[in-house]
Amino acid sequence: MTSVQIFLHRFYDSDLFWKFRKTPAAVIAAAVLLVMVVCAVAAPLLAPHTPFDPGTLNLMDSRLPPAWLEGGTITYPLGTDEQGRDVLSTIFYGMRISLAVGVAAVLLSVVIGVTLGLIAGWFGGWVDAVIMRMGDVQLSFPTIMIAFFIDGITKAVMPTDLRELTRFYVVILAIGLADWVQFARTVRAATMIEKNKDYTAAARLSRVSTMRIVFTHVLPNTLGPVIILATLGLGVAILTEAILSFLGLGMPPTQPSLGALIRVGNDLLLSGEWWISMFPGLALVLLVLSVNIFGDWLRDALNPRLK
Amino acid sequence: MGVAIVSVRELGRRFDASAPLLQRLLTRAPRRFVNAVDGVSFDVEEGTTFAIVGESGCGKSTVTRLVAGLDTPTHGEVRCLNRTGNPLHMQMVFQDPVGSLNARWRVGRSIAEPMSSALPVAARDKRVVELLEIVGLKSSDAMKFPQEFSGGQRQRIAIARALAGEADVLLLDEPTSALDVSVQAQVLNLLKDLQDRLGLTYIFISHNLAVVRYMADRLAIMYLGRIVEEGPAEVLFEAPAHPYTRQLLDTVPDVDNPRRNREPQAFDIPSPLNLPTGCTFHPRCPLATDVCRRQRPVLRNRPNGSRVACHAVAD
Ligand SMILES: Nc1ncnc2c1ncn2[C@@H]1O[C@H](COP(=O)(O)OP(=O)(O)OP(=O)(O)O)[C@@H](O)[C@H]1O
Ligand code: SF4
Ligand SMILES: [Mg+2]
Repeated sequence: MTSVQIFLHRFYDSDLFWKFRKTPAAVIAAAVLLVMVVCAVAAPLLAPHTPFDPGTLNLMDSRLPPAWLEGGTITYPLGTDEQGRDVLSTIFYGMRISLAVGVAAVLLSVVIGVTLGLIAGWFGGWVDAVIMRMGDVQLSFPTIMIAFFIDGITKAVMPTDLRELTRFYVVILAIGLADWVQFARTVRAATMIEKNKDYTAAARLSRVSTMRIVFTHVLPNTLGPVIILATLGLGVAILTEAILSFLGLGMPPTQPSLGALIRVGNDLLLSGEWWISMFPGLALVLLVLSVNIFGDWLRDALNPRLK
Repeated sequence: MGVAIVSVRELGRRFDASAPLLQRLLTRAPRRFVNAVDGVSFDVEEGTTFAIVGESGCGKSTVTRLVAGLDTPTHGEVRCLNRTGNPLHMQMVFQDPVGSLNARWRVGRSIAEPMSSALPVAARDKRVVELLEIVGLKSSDAMKFPQEFSGGQRQRIAIARALAGEADVLLLDEPTSALDVSVQAQVLNLLKDLQDRLGLTYIFISHNLAVVRYMADRLAIMYLGRIVEEGPAEVLFEAPAHPYTRQLLDTVPDVDNPRRNREPQAFDIPSPLNLPTGCTFHPRCPLATDVCRRQRPVLRNRPNGSRVACHAVAD
């Protein structure tokens, strides 16, 4: 057997996979999530239209209702928006951006939080105090406020076109910076426990460097809860991005995430074209819900104490 | 022989055992300190076994951690230099076999950790298998995780890891307490054999006086953080001078003399937070007098090579 086969075999035999198969909600959530991620990642291949290529748009086709309503056509299954873009295709591309922002923001929080948590937990003393008080301060600022703040700064220092280009990264930064504290707290607590175990003392006697002890011994022992928190954090990050975009602080209409699509469609809600905002809204709910259900299951399965 | 490679002088370690600040402020409780180790001095000669004996909480583990440099003394000093004046390489077998291995590392990786990184991987793997077999485990055990072993097996893994370091000094904190008798004998014989072949130095802690008698060249008896008697093992076992040593040895089943006189045993073990005045042993001592309650006895040398801290023992 190749090592990949061995790995798959172990995975299939594992306790975790067994628990997974016994939990229908988790299986359904994972399946929905998988489909949505595939649609998002392969949007250029799978989407029926290319909504962001102005050359392919036909203004004659704007504001068409979904296929099953009067006036709808199967060419645009979920209807079109005011510029004649296919709603289903914009959702594929929108999920792509929502997921990319969410994953990148969570990764940023994880890197910052895990690093600071390891440092605080291992060194203790005033280093620990400074880092954890920084976390307390951080937690007393809502994400939205940080986003407003960063948005204000970029407005002041960047020309408009550059701002549009860097918007994606600015949103990631705003969300990622806001969410590191929970990772730092969890990792710090786990680090303090591992630090006091005798195996780290044994490593010190064997003259293993502090860096090496922290990275090879302590870090792997803290990652279980980090993976759980990161999964749950992904749902929050996607939602935060949607809120920021809805408020006009997130992704621009030229590069719309699900939240930006809802914002654009929202203006047309009163004139009866409900599908333009409702379907991206449904996609957002489905995405966040399946992430959260899967994250909840993962938490219960991996670490019953963390409830 | 005869070179003291570990020298401990007036060693002290005080722990802060106070309640948390807020609680202290609310209840006006004073700060409290525990002198876990207080004024301990001894030398360990190269190639010998130095045993530390005493009841739970008397500071044995704290002394070994201080000697290993894993903890910093609040008083006194530890000097660990080899013949050429270089720092000693030490390895330790810890008392608690659960925390002494990383739960996420395969056992083989843990055992290989002290080995030099200059050693090729194949040579390291071979050595791991050798060590596993030496401590009575199977070579296939290298691929398992610590949770798959019993406490006694984990302790043997910890011993294999300590041996892998090729250290000058092994600090053994109750290394065989979780082992059953046959395995215990096997491990003790192994340690003795390695000492003879490699000239290793051991600092050995055990509750089991029969084991200590078998292993130790010198022996220190500790009571509430202090050494009350210290000397060559045969002197202490044949002619114990301190009342506490005599009480301890009395609990060892003596096959030759089953009806040896038993001294009365009091049961109130004083708290290290609130030490008795004078000789800390006086509440339990059958020979205690007024002097003992007022004045703390110092360790004095005796002609037979031991040291005793007791007012009732003549020089
Ligand atoms: N980190 C610590 N903080 C506070 N008190 C401590 C600490 N470590 C040890 N002590 C106290 O110091 C004293 C000596 O502890 P130590 O572990 O050295 O005893 P021991 O002789 O090894 O006991 P045992 O035979 O039970 O292992 C005890 O009263 C203990 O409560
Ligand atoms: S000094 Fe006094 S109390 Fe202490 S051991 Fe000796 S006789 Fe007993
Ligand atoms: Mg101990």
